[in-house]
Amino acid sequence: MAKKILFIEDESALQKTFGDLLTQEGYKMISALDGETGLRLVKETKPDLILLDLILPKINGFEVLKKIKEDEETKDIPVIILTNLEEIKDVERTLESGATTYLVKSQYTLEEIVQKIKNILKDK
Amino acid sequence: MNSKTTFFQLDFFSQCKKYDVPFLQCPQFLFLIMGMIIIGSILFTFAIGNHYIKNPSIVALFTLSIAAVLFIISFIITRSFEKLLEVSRMKSEFISIVSHQLRSPLSNLSWAIELLMSGKLGKIEEKQVEYFRILKENSARMKELVSDLLIVSRLETASLPSKKTTFSFEDLVKELIKNFEPFARASNVKIEFFSEENLPMAFGDPSQIRLVVENLLDNAIRYIKDKGKVIIKLKKKNKNIFFEIEDNGVGIPKEDQKHIFQKFFQAENVLKYQTQGSGLGLYICKAIVEKLGGKIGFKSQENKGSTFWFTIPFK
Repeated sequence: MAKKILFIEDESALQKTFGDLLTQEGYKMISALDGETGLRLVKETKPDLILLDLILPKINGFEVLKKIKEDEETKDIPVIILTNLEEIKDVERTLESGATTYLVKSQYTLEEIVQKIKNILKDK
Repeated sequence: MNSKTTFFQLDFFSQCKKYDVPFLQCPQFLFLIMGMIIIGSILFTFAIGNHYIKNPSIVALFTLSIAAVLFIISFIITRSFEKLLEVSRMKSEFISIVSHQLRSPLSNLSWAIELLMSGKLGKIEEKQVEYFRILKENSARMKELVSDLLIVSRLETASLPSKKTTFSFEDLVKELIKNFEPFARASNVKIEFFSEENLPMAFGDPSQIRLVVENLLDNAIRYIKDKGKVIIKLKKKNKNIFFEIEDNGVGIPKEDQKHIFQKFFQAENVLKYQTQGSGLGLYICKAIVEKLGGKIGFKSQENKGSTFWFTIPFK
């Protein structure tokens, strides 16, 4: 069965791009446009991997990450942070909370991001 | 400050025009007025003191009123300084906000182009590929410009902290040369690297030094017209490590040389055949090197090439 990836990101343009890309790569993508919906879908769908933006409406990405990692049922799901914030303090804060890796949007191509996703899902 | 700049400070007409504030709020003008009042009042107090020698309260009253005038003027000066500082801070903050806001749409744009070009959504025609390439190159250029602007605004608001550690400068340069190899090959440029043996470890912020070397290396390759050679040397000099990069590119015209480290400046001969680049690279290099306690400079001859150098202290 196709692996499920939950993409929590408020930019609908990116939701579309990643939707097409991940479907092409053989994954099933579930999208959430805000933190609250994201958290609900984490519980409901139990994805294999989560792509998480940090600046989000309703509940921000830092909080979403914390809640995912506090919950026994969801704490083992790998989370990739995908954001435009690039301050060291943000990187440290999310890695301490248990994020698997931190990617600054402007520094990666889609191909590189897909490669990261593949590597993480392979190790799982 | 030499005598020429001191004299220029006195030319408050052009100075105040530069700040774009009215005369009564212009620090240079107010300082001049205050100076004249002080000199005048000393002379006048002397005269009045001689005249009313038997009535000291008149002299005291006069001095007191002069002091009050001076107090008001210095208050206005302080206020106008505050205003100018505030404007400068707002400018840097504005750049920072704008650049941050530009980043999201730019990522969306470049990823959408990448996906289209990958052919995953359907085959694209030869003719279309050319235009997609233009889109891709230009979004990459915008990304670079935005990130340069962010660095500048951080440097100017002093919010780019340096994490100083000891590190191997030689390894850093080797790694960067490797990264630039494809770009150099595509531009028909050979990179040669010479390092003095037993070079001590450098002391500074490696991620910031990396920015400097990247900028200089990029310039050296970019401004070689047909084919050429870039020579990089590392050696010990006094209490510093001396980095030097020589190219046989287009060089910098003599009249442009004194402006080369200014923000947004691009030499005339470069603009003729190449419009890429933000004009911020060398400004960033200078700001970083000086912040880390080093010096930067160059010598250049038009159509012969340029040699840029900088120093970084070691421990």
